[in-house]
Amino acid sequence: MSITQIMFFFLSALAVFSAIMVLVSRNPVHSVLWLIAVFFAISGHYILLNAQFLAIVNLIVYAGAIMVLFLFVIMLMNLNKESEPNKHIWMKLAGAISGGCFLMVMVSLVRQAADFQGKEALVGTGDIGLIKNLGKALFSNYVVPFEISSVLFLSAMVGAVVIGKKE
Amino acid sequence: MTLLAFDWALLIEKLVLIAVIVFGSLGIALYTTFAERKVAAVLQDRPGPNRAGPFGLFQPFADGLKLIMKEEIIPNTSNKVLFILGPGLAMTAALMTCAVIPWSSHVELFDRKIELQIADINIGILYVFGVVSMGVYGIMIGGWASNNKFSLMAALRGASQAISYELAMGLSLIAVLMLSGSLSLKSIVGEQMADGSLWNIAYQPLGFFIFFICALAECNRTPFDLPEAENELNFGYHQEYSSMKLGFYLFAEYVNMIMSSAVMACLYFGGYDIPFLDESTLAPNIAALLGVGALLTKIVIFIFIFMWIRWTIPRFRYDQLMNLGWKTMIPLALANMLITGAVILWKAGA
Repeated sequence: MSITQIMFFFLSALAVFSAIMVLVSRNPVHSVLWLIAVFFAISGHYILLNAQFLAIVNLIVYAGAIMVLFLFVIMLMNLNKESEPNKHIWMKLAGAISGGCFLMVMVSLVRQAADFQGKEALVGTGDIGLIKNLGKALFSNYVVPFEISSVLFLSAMVGAVVIGKKE
Repeated sequence: MTLLAFDWALLIEKLVLIAVIVFGSLGIALYTTFAERKVAAVLQDRPGPNRAGPFGLFQPFADGLKLIMKEEIIPNTSNKVLFILGPGLAMTAALMTCAVIPWSSHVELFDRKIELQIADINIGILYVFGVVSMGVYGIMIGGWASNNKFSLMAALRGASQAISYELAMGLSLIAVLMLSGSLSLKSIVGEQMADGSLWNIAYQPLGFFIFFICALAECNRTPFDLPEAENELNFGYHQEYSSMKLGFYLFAEYVNMIMSSAVMACLYFGGYDIPFLDESTLAPNIAALLGVGALLTKIVIFIFIFMWIRWTIPRFRYDQLMNLGWKTMIPLALANMLITGAVILWKAGA
């Protein structure tokens, strides 16, 4: 096994373990912290694919900004008293079954999608994730979706300000 | 067997470099605490610490020993794991920044060309931002795990302050990146060192001003030390901490100061460049050592300015802090970005 493979299995195990811990943690603050661990593991995968820019932006935006806001809300709502209402066993069972079905659909979709057939991951050699190539692709081939999504963000910001104002 | 088949000499070289840089930063931070008290003393016209050793030079060791010997108190109602994790995270995040800072050019030792930078990665300066945003968790986790409302309030203040000023900092940074066209700190420094080019401060005075103010806010230094405003929040987010865990929080602030000074020196003041001297005429090893000296001098000057500000300017009120961040710094940084972009376009067209 090469170092890349060892890293891949380690990061995958870390991601899956942390994701499970997000779900089973009783304390919501612990859930958020485990979710941050998931983001770190995913950023590690990006680095294995030589997508350094995606890796660090994933950390700055998700782990650094969005999760901090999550923590804010959870800490201020005082959810830290392990007082989650106990759900009925049938509810849990139904949730597990429907979630499992969704997982199966996703896995079979990824396995059979034409986009993924016969393709190999560019481990350590791909360069689309570097900032220069990514920027060129975004501002030439994908400029319209890029601008539309920025307008979407702007409207979300305006909406937040409107809701935030009491009058 | 291809397992672990790689350049072991490189690994050893990097490990030595990491050890030297980390312990060097910690050593400088140790004496920064001493310098802070001496500078405060000079500004307030009193002698300052002068009992331990000549001129009080052993004072930081005495302080460290005191912190270690103190009883370690973990509150009963706290969340123990997170309570211990908090200061560790704060310290780790502060030290991790040093990985991408180019401390000098390269030295030639044992027939090897050794770069005096732990990692010259493609995204250098963004890495710094990523690590800085991790530093917020040290404060938030520590403040929340203490299970004390003052700690929690201070932690929330600290985190929202850091997030607000990170925005203006990033925007002022974009102007520098437009000039240099690279995110790697090494090439940003190299660009400023090239013949006929000035340091970035000459092109970006407003950008540097914004960056400097934001760096003050990110390090929780006066006039932005709201998270530790004693008269409102007792002692701030580390109120419940004692012994070396408190020491870690206080120490992380000094390490942060050193790292942000180093980043500012690299971005705006030519990094390890010595003004009015062509380094390529010197032997590489001598040039590298002089370069380290130049960067350290710049760092010391910045740290002195940080202290000077701390002991002269009173603290902002919280609403003033937020107004300054969102209504002054961000529009200024945006204007700076627009002007820089316009000038670059105009020069490219002419």
